[in-house]
Amino acid sequence: MKIGIIKETFEGECRVAGTPKSIARLKKQGFDVVVESGAGANADFTDDAYREAGAEVLGSAKDVWEAADVLTKVRIATLDEVPLSHEDQVVISMVSPAQNKELIDTFAERKVTLLALDCVPRISRAQSMDVLSSMANIAGYRAVLEAANVYGSFFTGQTTAAGSVPPAKVLIIGAGVAGLAALGAARGLGAIVRAFDTRAAVREQVESLGGEFLEVEFEESGEGGGGYAKLMSPEFIEAEMALFMEQAKEVDIVITTALIPGRKAPTLWTEDHVKAMKPGSVIVDMAAESGGNCECTEHGKAVVAHGVTILGYSDLPSRMARVASDLFGTNISHLTKELGKAEGFAIDHENEITRGALVLDKGEMLWPASKKEAPPAPKPTPKPEPVPEVAKAVEAPPSGAGKAIFNVLALAMAAGWIGLRFGMGNEQLSPELAIFLQHLTVFVLACFVGWQVVWSVTAALHTPLMSVTNAISGIIIVGGILQAIGDTTSAPVLVGAAATLFATINIFGGFFVTKRMLQMFQK
Amino acid sequence: MLTLEPSLLTIAYLVAAVLFILSLRGLSSQESAGSGNFMGMLGMAIAVGATLSNSSLSAYGITIAAVVVGGAIGLFLAARVAMTAMPELVALLHSFVGLAAVLVGVAAHLSGHSGTVVSIEIFVDIAIGSITLTGSIIAFFKLKGSLSGNPMLLPGRHVLNLAAVAATVVLGVLFVKAGQSDTALVYLGIMIAITGVLGMHLVLAIGGADMPVVVSMLNSYSGWTASAAGFMLGNDLLIITGALVGSSGAILSYIMCRAMNRSIVNVIFGGFGAKPKAKAKSEGDEEQREVDEIDIDGTVEALLHAKNVIVVPGYGMAVGRAQHAVREMTELVEARGGRVRFAIHPVAGRLPGHMNVLLAEAKVPYPIVLEMDEINDDFPETDVVLVIGANDIVNPGAQTDETSPIWGMPVLEVWNSKLVVVMKRSRATGYAGVDNPLFYHDATQMLFGDALASVTEIVTGLRAEAKAAA
Repeated sequence: MKIGIIKETFEGECRVAGTPKSIARLKKQGFDVVVESGAGANADFTDDAYREAGAEVLGSAKDVWEAADVLTKVRIATLDEVPLSHEDQVVISMVSPAQNKELIDTFAERKVTLLALDCVPRISRAQSMDVLSSMANIAGYRAVLEAANVYGSFFTGQTTAAGSVPPAKVLIIGAGVAGLAALGAARGLGAIVRAFDTRAAVREQVESLGGEFLEVEFEESGEGGGGYAKLMSPEFIEAEMALFMEQAKEVDIVITTALIPGRKAPTLWTEDHVKAMKPGSVIVDMAAESGGNCECTEHGKAVVAHGVTILGYSDLPSRMARVASDLFGTNISHLTKELGKAEGFAIDHENEITRGALVLDKGEMLWPASKKEAPPAPKPTPKPEPVPEVAKAVEAPPSGAGKAIFNVLALAMAAGWIGLRFGMGNEQLSPELAIFLQHLTVFVLACFVGWQVVWSVTAALHTPLMSVTNAISGIIIVGGILQAIGDTTSAPVLVGAAATLFATINIFGGFFVTKRMLQMFQK
Repeated sequence: MLTLEPSLLTIAYLVAAVLFILSLRGLSSQESAGSGNFMGMLGMAIAVGATLSNSSLSAYGITIAAVVVGGAIGLFLAARVAMTAMPELVALLHSFVGLAAVLVGVAAHLSGHSGTVVSIEIFVDIAIGSITLTGSIIAFFKLKGSLSGNPMLLPGRHVLNLAAVAATVVLGVLFVKAGQSDTALVYLGIMIAITGVLGMHLVLAIGGADMPVVVSMLNSYSGWTASAAGFMLGNDLLIITGALVGSSGAILSYIMCRAMNRSIVNVIFGGFGAKPKAKAKSEGDEEQREVDEIDIDGTVEALLHAKNVIVVPGYGMAVGRAQHAVREMTELVEARGGRVRFAIHPVAGRLPGHMNVLLAEAKVPYPIVLEMDEINDDFPETDVVLVIGANDIVNPGAQTDETSPIWGMPVLEVWNSKLVVVMKRSRATGYAGVDNPLFYHDATQMLFGDALASVTEIVTGLRAEAKAAA
C-alpha cells in the first residue's frame, strides 16, 4: 500500500502532511511512501531527508496522485487537484464538509473515499488523531509570540537600574486547547495571565497552569458538548461585556479564541472595548477566519485601530510549519493505524472514529455520521486509569440496612404499645402499666426526635457530638438527687450522692471539653 | 430552698428537654456548634435547679458536696486532657454514666418500691448500667494502650454471652419475686457481677480497628441506661434525654459500620482481623514485591513543585502528635502557592470525627478539611498525597481483593493521584492486620519513620527552600 504526500497548493500554507519523522512511523506500519519533490520545502524538510526516512520522491504532484492508494494533505484538495484523483483512492485531509459541499460533490463523481481529519470525534481514544487539538495548541503558543513581537514592552516584570517595569497583563478569552496553550506560553514569558471561559469546568485547568480564572457573576453553564461552548443568553452576554470593559482598561494583551461550531464566531470584543484599551496594546484574534471575536479584526492582517494593534492571522500553525507538520503527520499516522495499518487497511463503518471522519465512501456521501453526544472538554492531561469495575459496585451505599432496622424496631415498638394498650380488652389497665405505657410513648417519640436531629450533625463534629451527649447523659444526676430524701447517713442517700458525684463529673467534664474543642474549629 | 409546684417542675423539665434537642441540632455546623453547647449547659442547669427545688428533698448538704466535688473533677479532667487522648476521656465518661445508673438503681431499690413493673425497671436499669460501666472501662484501657488492641477470642464466646444473658433473665425473675427482702439484694449483686463480666467480654472481643464503633455503641448504651433510669423513677426528662443520647450513639455506630462496610452484628460478635485465609494468600505474593522508598529531601522536592496536595491523616498522626507540624507544613506549601486539603475517612482514628478535632486543635481551618465523599473524586488531579499514619482506610485491596477482610469497605482512592507518599513507622500491617497493596503501587513511595519526626524534617526542608527562594 502506498501513501502519498504532496505539496500544499493553498497560498501561504507552509505545512506538509508528512515529515521524515511521521514517514518512519508509516513505514513501520508497513506502508510505502511517495512524496512530491519539494513538498516539505516550506517546512524545512528537504527531499533528501524524505529519502533518508525511506520515502520515494517523485517529480510532480500528478505522479504522486497516480501512485498513491492513500493520499494525505493538510488542506482539502482544490478544484484543480480533484481531477488528479482516481477511483477507489483514499484521500485524508482537513475537509470542513459543511463549507465545501461543491468540492465534495466533484470528489464523489470520481468515486473517491474521503476522510476528514477535522471530523475525527473528540473522544479520549481519538485524541492522538485530533489535528484540531494539535494545531490549536501550536496556534495558541504562536499567538502569544506574535503579540510579543508587536508589543512595546517586556512580558515579565523587571527591576533595573533605570527603573522598574511592571509585568504585562494578558487576558485570554476562551480556555480551550488554544487558550490554554496561550496561557502556558504567556505565563512562561512572565506575564500575569487571566482567562475567561463560559464553562466553569475549565477553571481548574486554568488555575493549574497558573492563570487567574475570571468569572461573570451570573449563573449559566456554557457547556455545549464536544469541548465547545454554547451560545449564551443576552443577560449573560451583557454581564460578560461589562466584565470585559473592566478588563480592557487594565490588560495589555488580549487573545481571543472563542469559536462556536458551524456558526460565525461570537463578537466578544467590541470597538468600545478596543477604545478603552491603552494605546500600544495588542489583540490577537484567533477566530479571525470564522469572522473574528473582535469587531476591528481584519482577516489575515495586522491592523491598528484606536492605537491598538489587532492581529487577525489565521495561519498561525503554518507560521511554525516545521513542528506543525510533524504533529500533523503524527496525527495521520495514528489514524492509519486505526484504519488497520497497511495490511488490514479498511474503512470500518462500525468504528466510531473512522465512521466519524468518513465523508465519502467510494463516492457515496456519508457525512454527517449520526450524531453521538460528544463528551465535554477534551482534557489536556491524559485520563486517569479507569477505576476497576468492582469499585463502582462498592460506591453505592450498602443499602439503608441500619435505617431499615431502626424503622422495623420503631414499628415493633408502636405495635407493642398498641397491643398493650388495647389488647386488654375492656378490662381496666392496672395503674402501674398505664404509667409504663405513658413513659413508653415519651420514649419512642424522643427516639424519633433524636434520630432526626442527630443525622444533621456534620461528620467533622462527631467527636464534639459524643462529648456533648456524654454531658447530657449526665442528666442521670436527677436520679441521684431525687434519692436525697431523709437522713443524710441512710444508705439510699449515700448511694444517691455517689451517683450524683459521678454524674456531675460527666456534666462538667463533657460540656467543658466540648467547649474547648469547639473553640478550636476555626475558618 | 425555694420550692417549685409540680406543674412548674414539669414545665422546667420540658424546657430542658427542648434545650437538649436544640443543643444537638446546633452541632449541624461549626458556626452554630458553640451556641448548641451553651444550650446544653443551660438545659442542664435548668433541669438540675428544678430538681433541687423539689420540696420533698432534705439531704441537701451531701448532694451539694457531691456536685461540687464532681464538678471540680470534671473540669480538671476536661481542662487537662490532650486532644489525642479524647477517645480515652470519652470512654471514661461513659463508664461514669454506667456507674451512676447502677448506683441510682441500687439506691432506688434500697429506698423501697412496690409493683412488678418498677422492679423490672430497676433491674433493667442496673443491668444496662453495669454493661456500660465495665465495657467502657475496658474500652478506656484498650484506647489508652494498657490493653492490647487485638480481639480476645474465647472459644465458644457466643455461648458464653448467651448464657450470661439467660442467667440475667433468670435472676430478674427471681429478683421481682423476692420483692424487698435481703435475698433480692443478693440476686442484684450476682446480676451486677454477671452483666459486668458480659460488658467486659463484649468489648474485649472487638479488635482495635473497630474501636470507633465500640465507643459510639457505648455512647448509645449510656443513653439507654439513662432512659431506663427515667422509666424506673417515672421521670420523663430522663427518658427523653436518654433516648436522644441513645439514638445519637446508635446513629454514630451505624455511620461507622457503614464506613467499614460491616454489619453491626459483625462488629459486636465478629472478632475482626483474624481471618487466616486471606493472610496466607497475600504472604505468598509478598516476596516478589518491593516498595519504593523516598527520603525527606525527595518529599520536600515533591511538595515544592506540587500544585495540589491532599493530606490523609490516620491514627498514626494522633499517636505521633504530629498535627501541629502538619499544620506548619500546610502553611509553607500554601505560602508557595500550592493548594492543600485534608481527606478524612469516617473511621480514621479511634473516635468518630477524631481527626477533625486534632486538626482543629492545630488550627487547620476547617473548610479545607473534607470528608471522604467530598474529596474522593479529586485524587486524579492531585500531585502529591501525603498519607500520615493511615493504612486500612487507603487500602486498594478493599476494592480489588475479594479475599481481603476489608473487602467492600469504602476507602480513599489515593492511588489515583500522581504521587503518594506514605509515612509509616514500620513495615507492619495496619490495625486490621491486612497487607496493603498500596505500598507496592507504582505511584507510591514509602517514607519510613516516626510521623512527628518526618513531618518536622519536611517543615525544616520547606523552610530552608523558602528562605533560599526569598
